[in-house]
Amino acid sequence: MSAVLEPSGHSHDHDHAHDHPHGWRRWLYATNHKDIGTLYLWFSFTMLMVGGVLALGIRAELFRPGLQLIQPELFNQLTTMHGLIMVFGAIMPAFVGFANWMIPLQIGASDMAFARMNNFSFWLMVPAAMLLVGSFFVPGGATAAGWTLYAPLTSQMGIGMDMAIFAMHILGASSIMGSINIITTILNMRAPGMTLMKMPMFVWTWLITAYLLIAVMPVLAGAITMTLTDRHFGTNFFNAAAGGDPVMYQHIFWFFGHPEVYIMILPAFGIVSEIIPTFARKRLFGYSSMVYATASIAILSFVVWAHHMFTTGMPLTGQLFFMYATMLIAVPTGVKIFNWLATMWRGSMTFETPMLFAIGFIVVFTIGGLTGIILSVAPLDIQLHDTYYVVAHFHYVLVAGSLFALFAGLYYWLPKWTGHMYDETLGKAHFWLSMIFFNITFFPMHFLGLAGMPRRYADYPMQFADFNALASIGAFGFGLSQLLMLYVVIKCIKGGPKAADNPWEADGGLEWSVPSPAPFHTFETPPVVK
Amino acid sequence: MQNLWNKCSSLALAAPIGLLGSATAMANDMTTKYNLRTPASGMAESLYTLHNFLLIVCLLIFVGVFAVMFYSIYAHRKSKGYKPADFHESTAVEIAWTVVPFLIVVVIGVYATPIVMAQKDTTNADITIKATGYQWKWGYDYLKGEGQGIAFFSTLTTPYEQRINAQEKTLNYLSEVDNPVVVPVGKKIRVVTTANDVIHAWMVPAFGVKQDAIPGFVRDTWFKADRVGTYNGHCAELCGKDHAFMPIVVKVVTAEEYTAWVAQQKQKQSVAASPAVTTVQVAQAQ
Repeated sequence: MSAVLEPSGHSHDHDHAHDHPHGWRRWLYATNHKDIGTLYLWFSFTMLMVGGVLALGIRAELFRPGLQLIQPELFNQLTTMHGLIMVFGAIMPAFVGFANWMIPLQIGASDMAFARMNNFSFWLMVPAAMLLVGSFFVPGGATAAGWTLYAPLTSQMGIGMDMAIFAMHILGASSIMGSINIITTILNMRAPGMTLMKMPMFVWTWLITAYLLIAVMPVLAGAITMTLTDRHFGTNFFNAAAGGDPVMYQHIFWFFGHPEVYIMILPAFGIVSEIIPTFARKRLFGYSSMVYATASIAILSFVVWAHHMFTTGMPLTGQLFFMYATMLIAVPTGVKIFNWLATMWRGSMTFETPMLFAIGFIVVFTIGGLTGIILSVAPLDIQLHDTYYVVAHFHYVLVAGSLFALFAGLYYWLPKWTGHMYDETLGKAHFWLSMIFFNITFFPMHFLGLAGMPRRYADYPMQFADFNALASIGAFGFGLSQLLMLYVVIKCIKGGPKAADNPWEADGGLEWSVPSPAPFHTFETPPVVK
Repeated sequence: MQNLWNKCSSLALAAPIGLLGSATAMANDMTTKYNLRTPASGMAESLYTLHNFLLIVCLLIFVGVFAVMFYSIYAHRKSKGYKPADFHESTAVEIAWTVVPFLIVVVIGVYATPIVMAQKDTTNADITIKATGYQWKWGYDYLKGEGQGIAFFSTLTTPYEQRINAQEKTLNYLSEVDNPVVVPVGKKIRVVTTANDVIHAWMVPAFGVKQDAIPGFVRDTWFKADRVGTYNGHCAELCGKDHAFMPIVVKVVTAEEYTAWVAQQKQKQSVAASPAVTTVQVAQAQ
């Protein structure tokens, strides 16, 4: 599927100030997909640091049994906001940042379909983030009901809960608008000759993810609005005493929640599918299968939500159905892993930082996937639900999965964005430090969960002490290692060896046909793809 | 042999009060830090075996897949001069690695299905106990079977000083209560769960049970303990600030000890229920 193309993207003369804004207006009024991508990426990095500090607060308290630093009320605020900020403030916007930067470049479009709505989608995130972070400072503090915000516990929360609900409505609107933009761009603005089955995998995964977002963000909005009205407007959707049903909240939330986790991983799959072929110097194996597998995962993600609810007391048929459907998702996911392996097999590999993160992703994401299979087996989930086994599982797929894929994509495309090669030695150091500390932090959590340590515990019995101490040490190591990445990025932006148009000698990919750094305007005339 | 042991221990523990106070006699159901707790019921045994089976399957898959990958990383590298091949698709291979995982998933499903069915079968229980989640303690009502009518709250007894590190933590830190649930060994106990305020969850890993306790709704689960001992669990659904401080303790005793405990509980409750005899002296009008 490599695109043979004619030269395009004339180098832009930056003296033409009339079409290249400067100063604060450039950013506040940004309509350029590259600028908006950059805004999203810096925003998501900031949120990653904020969410990370909250995590370090959690791990500092959990270093030893007993309450040393943080009262239980604040502890629950930390766990809740760590989750909300990481999911909605860090991971999702980071992928949107990549989408903005790379989709127009990869399909040969001059920009996104709706450039002004793109600006609105980004800037909405700032007040939302302020609401989320600001909720710590209002009376009662931030909401402490867990990122899943189960009813009826949410009815007991203070005004911080309402701020979080408002923030999530805003973020949902931003995501929906962004998805509309992405779908319209991909379906309408591909360069002539680029059929759907010639698109890069990153574009495919984002196309599918955008549909998932449009389908499920409104459902989350429904759930949190019902929570809001239960809290303030006299409704009783989730109040059993008045005829409501707390479990209905869970159904509605997880109908959003399960596709949400695939929303967070499918673009990661896309990034890895770009990187492995480049560094193996071999075409992606089984392109069509990869597309169908991604679509299957997306479709299946709609019918498995109640595997988060195996202990709520579903009838037998429900337990069995959701168990079978969840186990099925392992099949297309396995197909993707095998296809990446087959791409590597008998390639001619080099192991620069993007490839290290992509390969690391495959290894560690597979561990997360395998613990997912164990959790999908309903009788075992009864033992493991709401324990640290689940915490281990989702951090393996979200951190070692999504986050590592984001790092891989960052190193991969940083030369294109900045025009400089980043410091390869420091990049590799970031990889190894992250891998090692990540595993020190989260692998012991499997044992904690098996031994029966529940989640969201500010304090724990003595038999859980050793692994908690180990996890806390790992967490601080992992957090500090990310500062190294910040240093690498800033150093690269400021300077470094000049990056070629195609620094990785990738075989195909329209983004490698434009100069590095990519000019402000690219593909003003669409290239022809053969 | 087990009967003899049970009889001896019931004689030794003749005083019901001694029976209740021995929270420190917690059976250590963690023989290893790396796996599920030591099973104390047939269901937990099944789950332990199921987990080992899955663990082995996952380990084999992991080792197999990554042996191939690490070999490839070693051999198929540019620095070794390896030249890239140019194959990029194979329908046969795609079918193979779709069908084989599908079959593995089917095998796991077939293995797990009878266990799901058994977990859901709460019929024909010998004793039914209602566990009500409160913020932040458990309430137990013996609804049916021997012991019917007994009711009490079960609250964490770990001193606050231990929590704030003003005192050394004891072995059963955060796993000890004033009134444990007492059940006879070898009998099917149906646990009906509900809650008073928000969602809690009743969990005892050694028996392989966990059931959400939902306000306004009634759910159930069951267990049959197969040996005498004391087993703990913890609340497993975020329920507010003291979510970590409302443990569950189940004391499994012999049938005779259980009967003795029931009698003693009934006596305690009838004493508490009878009206206090008060003497009222009315001042005589002069």
